Amino acid sequence: MRHLLSIDDLDRAGIERIVSQAERFSEVSDREIKKVPALRGRMVLNLFYEASTRTRSSFELAAKRLSADVVNFAASGSSVEKGESLKDTVLTLSAHKPDAIVLRTPWAGASELVSRWCTASIVNAGDGKREHPTQALLDVYTLRRTLGDIDGASIWIVGDVAHSRVARSNILAFRRMGAKVTLAGPPTLIPRGIEALGCEVRYSLEELPSADVVYALRMQRERMSETWVPSMREYANWYQINARRLTPRQVLMHPGPVNRGVELSGEVVDSPQAVITAQVEAGVVVRMAVLYELLAGARPQLPQQDLGAREGAAVREGQPA
Amino acid sequence: MRTMAPLVKADEPAAELLLRDVHVLDPRTALDARRDVRVRGGRVVELAEPATVDPSAGEEVLEGDGRLRVLPAFFDPHVHLRTPGHEHKEDIGSGTRAAAAGGFAGVIAMPNTDPVLDSAPLLRSLRDAAAREAHVSVGFLPAITRGLEGEQLTEMAELRQEGALGFTDDGRPVQSAGVLRRALQYQRLCGGVIALHEEDPTLSRGGSMHEGAVSAALGIAGIPTISESTMLARDAALAGYEDARVHFQHLSCSASVDAVADGKARGWRLSAEVSPHHLLLTEQDVRGMDTRMKMHPPLATEADRQALIEGLRSGTIDCVASDHAPHARDEKEVPFEQAPMGTTGLETAFAALYTHLVLPGVIELGLLVERLSAGAPLFGLPAPVIAAGEPADLAVVDLDAEWIAGEHGWESRSENCCFAGRPLRGRVVLTVAAGALAFRGRTLALAGAS
Repeated sequence: MRHLLSIDDLDRAGIERIVSQAERFSEVSDREIKKVPALRGRMVLNLFYEASTRTRSSFELAAKRLSADVVNFAASGSSVEKGESLKDTVLTLSAHKPDAIVLRTPWAGASELVSRWCTASIVNAGDGKREHPTQALLDVYTLRRTLGDIDGASIWIVGDVAHSRVARSNILAFRRMGAKVTLAGPPTLIPRGIEALGCEVRYSLEELPSADVVYALRMQRERMSETWVPSMREYANWYQINARRLTPRQVLMHPGPVNRGVELSGEVVDSPQAVITAQVEAGVVVRMAVLYELLAGARPQLPQQDLGAREGAAVREGQPA
Repeated sequence: MRTMAPLVKADEPAAELLLRDVHVLDPRTALDARRDVRVRGGRVVELAEPATVDPSAGEEVLEGDGRLRVLPAFFDPHVHLRTPGHEHKEDIGSGTRAAAAGGFAGVIAMPNTDPVLDSAPLLRSLRDAAAREAHVSVGFLPAITRGLEGEQLTEMAELRQEGALGFTDDGRPVQSAGVLRRALQYQRLCGGVIALHEEDPTLSRGGSMHEGAVSAALGIAGIPTISESTMLARDAALAGYEDARVHFQHLSCSASVDAVADGKARGWRLSAEVSPHHLLLTEQDVRGMDTRMKMHPPLATEADRQALIEGLRSGTIDCVASDHAPHARDEKEVPFEQAPMGTTGLETAFAALYTHLVLPGVIELGLLVERLSAGAPLFGLPAPVIAAGEPADLAVVDLDAEWIAGEHGWESRSENCCFAGRPLRGRVVLTVAAGALAFRGRTLALAGAS
């Protein structure tokens, strides 16, 4: 695999390969020295056109744990504000010969474009409202650890689907893993035609108790001023996941950051059913697995028990292309 | 009250041309037969039985072998020549060269330039430029409202005196029904066709493509078809109430075709156009987020496309218009949501429609030729006719030629063509505009008479 642009690029076996690799990497996070030399000498460029704390830092941590060099390029305060085009920025940064570019932009399809303009492997870390594939992979990873098996599970994605790249990637990934996906939210925030992705749509939470997994989306406050919903109060009345709506056997997920009191009540965030911090933890190991898949994939696999802890293996694996 | 001739073109020497044993197809005179056609002094001077006319001295000869088709030249009522202000995309010279290469002998330029064409002095200067640079006849539709801002009417009567064919705020709707009503009333004084780009900005705002399964999958904000059809229905009713003459631009959906049919059935003075891309492409072509597929209005569903084809066939839609909208490469080489709307279309209009509608038997060649030239009479201009004594506006077409759109570059300054890279059948090899040779295919050999 050369790029990760969309979950559509992965079949079920591909998703399972990355998730299994992440499981092997999870052991690294428990070590005193949280680092393997698998990508030593490689350079990962984080190119972020949108504010992001958790995604950017987890990519940075992932690259560093694999011993890659990391350069962060935030588009604000840079040449971009002086009017440089995406293409010119990418061509300029490509002069530093990054092996991978992790790209976050407010524009759908930007990562496909960038993959045509340079030789680096591209990881889509969010393109507008379209996709956020590594989020979906870490969610699959988290669910596999929690449920054991996703096949046949009923997953409800609740909230602002229209503006959510997380929702779109997760619909694709959960479907590919054999789950049944239902979208629920205000009719103004469920895009017309979304059923074509193979999911069902509900406008109320009446049938929520049938879900095995409840995946709440972040409700952004600016949606109110744009009159997508009458008020946050009304939204919370109808769609908030709280102790009254969540049944004890259900798993609760959220991509963060949480608006307590809006899409989730405080008590469910703190409940043992919530795996929200596990999702954050999974972010690092899954992104390690993605970078490893893209940058080391063509080379001999690391011994599975010993992730290149020995210097000899490390040198072999870490050779620049 | 009009005082200036509405169409302008650079003075070029009249062609002296003998098209020998060509197959003439003119749907208006119902001529569909092999003929010799002689062009001289700006007119068709002879239309004789095939291979009976001998070349005379100084005359260029094209041997048609009964195979090459001679059609009345096409007329495009909707192009963006980008002058003034956006000459890096197109100018009058390059845009009319593209028109000639597509078999068009006349085009109507839109006013969404910088500055906006909304005053008589600017119209005069553009007509002067066209009189120097235009390879085919150019007419102008100045703005309905100053600066295209939808508020204050332009000096429509003076603009008409200076040669305006009519008025449009193309690129934008006239959002206020009250303002549009004033323009329609004022038409009683000044005449001219009011051409309307139909869109309700409160429904379309923020959208980059058709609202449907593809936009939902891509997470790109959609434009619902009702954005066009509800405004069109409103404006048709206004036109009916004021008995005004209104032309609807670039129809894109089934509901709009219905609204036009309904208005026409009530006797309202309406006409409508459709673009080759709306007749041939759908939202599925946007899946790859190719910015050449981003246009306004957006490509809709297969059902909409079928309704547009049926509308063109039945005559609810009167003519084909390319909405030729050139943009520079770096402007289109950006993420889909950031890209400007528009595709070029003059050079591919005939071949794309011939390949995908005529060859599969969806519509007849004669009907296509009629709809490709029907824009002229809609704007009060004579329809091109191939007959002795008539002005020579001709397109010579090789229906067997196979080519890849864009393989040898474009005459347009821009290359943002939605059909680029597609194999096409049928190619314009020669265009005569107002009696002068406007285009000659690069591989076409014309013999000089000895």
